[in-house]
Amino acid sequence: MSSNNPLDLYRKMHDEAQARIKSKEDKPQVLIGTATCGVAAGALQVRDDFVREIEEKGLDAEVVEVGCIGHCYAEPLAIIAKPGFPPVCYGYLDEGLVHRLVEDFLGGDDPSYEYALAALERNDVFPTFEDFPRGIYEEKLILENCGFIDARDIDSYISREGYSALATALTQEPQAVLEEVKAANLRGRGGAGFPAGLKWEAAIKSGGNEKYVICNADEGDPGAFMDRSILESDPHLVIEGMILCAYAIGSQMGYLYIRAEYPRAVRHVQDAIDQARERGLLGSSILGTEFDFDLEIFQGSGAFVCGEATALISSMEGRMGMPQSRPPRLASRGFRGMPTVLNNVKTFAYVPLIIHHGAEWFKSIGTEESPGTAVFSLVGKVANTGLVEVPMGTSLRQLIYDVGGGLPGNRDFKAVQIGGPSGGCLPESALDVPIDFDSLHQAGAIMGSGGLVVMDQDDCMVAVSRYFLEFTQHESCGKCTFCRIGTKHMLDTLVDITQGKGDTETLGLLEELAEDVRDGSLCNLGRTAPNPILTTLRYFKDEYKAHIEEGRCPALVCRDLILYYIEPPKCSKLCNVCVGSCPTEAIFTREDGLKEIDQEKCVKCDNCRKACPTEYNAVVKLSPPVLPPQKEKAVK
Amino acid sequence: MQLLEGEKELILACVDEVLSNNSKNRENLIPILQKVQVRLGYLPPLAMEKIAEGIKVPPADVYGLATFYNQFRLNPPGKHQVKVCLGTACYMAGGDITLESFERRMKIKESETSPDRLYSLERVACVGCCTMAPVVVVDEEVEGKVTPTRVDGIMLALNEENDKSNLEQEPEQGRMDSDELK
Repeated sequence: MSSNNPLDLYRKMHDEAQARIKSKEDKPQVLIGTATCGVAAGALQVRDDFVREIEEKGLDAEVVEVGCIGHCYAEPLAIIAKPGFPPVCYGYLDEGLVHRLVEDFLGGDDPSYEYALAALERNDVFPTFEDFPRGIYEEKLILENCGFIDARDIDSYISREGYSALATALTQEPQAVLEEVKAANLRGRGGAGFPAGLKWEAAIKSGGNEKYVICNADEGDPGAFMDRSILESDPHLVIEGMILCAYAIGSQMGYLYIRAEYPRAVRHVQDAIDQARERGLLGSSILGTEFDFDLEIFQGSGAFVCGEATALISSMEGRMGMPQSRPPRLASRGFRGMPTVLNNVKTFAYVPLIIHHGAEWFKSIGTEESPGTAVFSLVGKVANTGLVEVPMGTSLRQLIYDVGGGLPGNRDFKAVQIGGPSGGCLPESALDVPIDFDSLHQAGAIMGSGGLVVMDQDDCMVAVSRYFLEFTQHESCGKCTFCRIGTKHMLDTLVDITQGKGDTETLGLLEELAEDVRDGSLCNLGRTAPNPILTTLRYFKDEYKAHIEEGRCPALVCRDLILYYIEPPKCSKLCNVCVGSCPTEAIFTREDGLKEIDQEKCVKCDNCRKACPTEYNAVVKLSPPVLPPQKEKAVK
Repeated sequence: MQLLEGEKELILACVDEVLSNNSKNRENLIPILQKVQVRLGYLPPLAMEKIAEGIKVPPADVYGLATFYNQFRLNPPGKHQVKVCLGTACYMAGGDITLESFERRMKIKESETSPDRLYSLERVACVGCCTMAPVVVVDEEVEGKVTPTRVDGIMLALNEENDKSNLEQEPEQGRMDSDELK
């Protein structure tokens, strides 16, 4: 063993990595966003197109796969970095565009700015992402590297000062790491916002030699993909955070609990662990010190409740993921009965940054009570969907209208759903609520894991609650009576309402039951399951009433309360599009040549309405489902 | 579901192999189930019994795990697997209508496999491409903005492919990518 100082060892490693990465930058590089979202949009095809085109032209350029660039609305995305030009990001790529970019930009000198989204470095010719409203509000801390580094090459991370926080920490006492994280007031990003430093301290105080560090990457929310994107795009950041935590609390073994449904994340993290081990950043005597720590992946099998700490531990021990009552907290008795620190992916990702830049820097971002940033997956009826990171304290209005670019087609905003199945729906009046743990909680929603769905006038709030209840009811582990039976009853009531059934008492009973389930459940799945109902009842009670009292769905969504109708004055006799579009052959031609829908056969799939040419727009939805009186008789 | 000819032997051999490569303790139960599923494509009752025997836990515990976690499937995957995304964004864009259309065309319900094992239909939580909602994954290919008409188109293409391969050979069963899991 060498007597080298960890910092010297690290410097050497860093310089070598940088030299290697720099040497690559001498020739043009094409960085393609191939996180799961990109792949789904066809990024692998785009990659192959680039490789083929470059080969055909005999150019000297490298195609690199990077993670999530964050501008999901424009997938597939690529960044082209050519010496002499600012790196430029292109979106909506297809074979034709790839051909053009290779020919004109890589082969020639025309960056084809008309197809570019933005440049990535300040320059005199083309705006950068920072020049758009989104860039003004966005502040990337843990997403900084995402989409710009090769997740499967450790040098890519090291050359950007990666693992320097670890090297620095190793020259100090473990206590120093803990103090820094505590001073930064880093709150857990799993949803509840418990200070990470206090959790770590409790684990230290529990004593003993065997302790565990576990990273919770069991992201189960439908519509949330932040954790996956970080693990796919920048796995070393999370790994470094876990090593720092292990050093602080004196742990030798850690696990990453990753959903098996995220095969790409599992593969990237496994590669990252192997490479870190090779470099002596994991395993025994890390960076030449006496500190030993190793990591393994545990693949979660997909159960939403396993996001709960005690359920996650049960599942790692080979049991059903059922939560236990706390205390004892995991910090005193966790995995294998030993003190355990369990934090979310994002929480660990902040740790290296805090150690590197200091607690004061971290606290200068965000609000006093919730320092740092918030990461959201912005989806639904919003122009620029994607992965965004904004400082805590940004208002929802800024997030949706400035960062997200507002609603497409000038539609009216109706609600925003935050926090997934455990969160709530907030109306227009709540848009000025600042985003932080406490303010959102007061408004009735939660920070949760960071899923954010924007809804407009075409979305029915009752149907949305029913959707989330379907999810929580299915995912309830069945341990607590209130959660097991209560969610089922709430769901049944909601299904009834969407069918127009119910009476004046229904809403009162629903609200009462929702409160009982909230109070009578052990873990947060049950305690928060009624949130979608409680918030929609609070802000959108009229919609519930319209369903029950008038048998009408104002958003024209609930299929039992609408029917499709072809307006005879608008229908053209010369067109047959709707007939062909109908999957159940419910549309027929009347004797007078106009089209009509056989209501018995209609499954209300909306196909004919979409198919009807815009110059006619003859297909309409009616609620309540009553056919207008037949005015004109078929001409004999 | 009826076992096919030779499937029993395949199951026994697979379970044996996985059990002999992993230490037989409770903590390894979920990883073992995962590995068997990767090889067989699903968890047949026989496999669960054999695993329970190997790890020395009651078969009910193994069945409990297999039904508790969404990842495990008790039905063999069809030759063509269709997964309909019902994440928040897809649901709001009409994912349930797409699912219904598939149910109608395949004549099976969600999470079932057709008796000839040609098709299986599943709902999944989120594929991660919410901008293309509603999304379906047909044999690992992602299809975006799927309408009932597109469902008919997909089914037509799959049927045609089946007719072709029927002429050439018997469909392969229990195909798997064994390098996904070690």
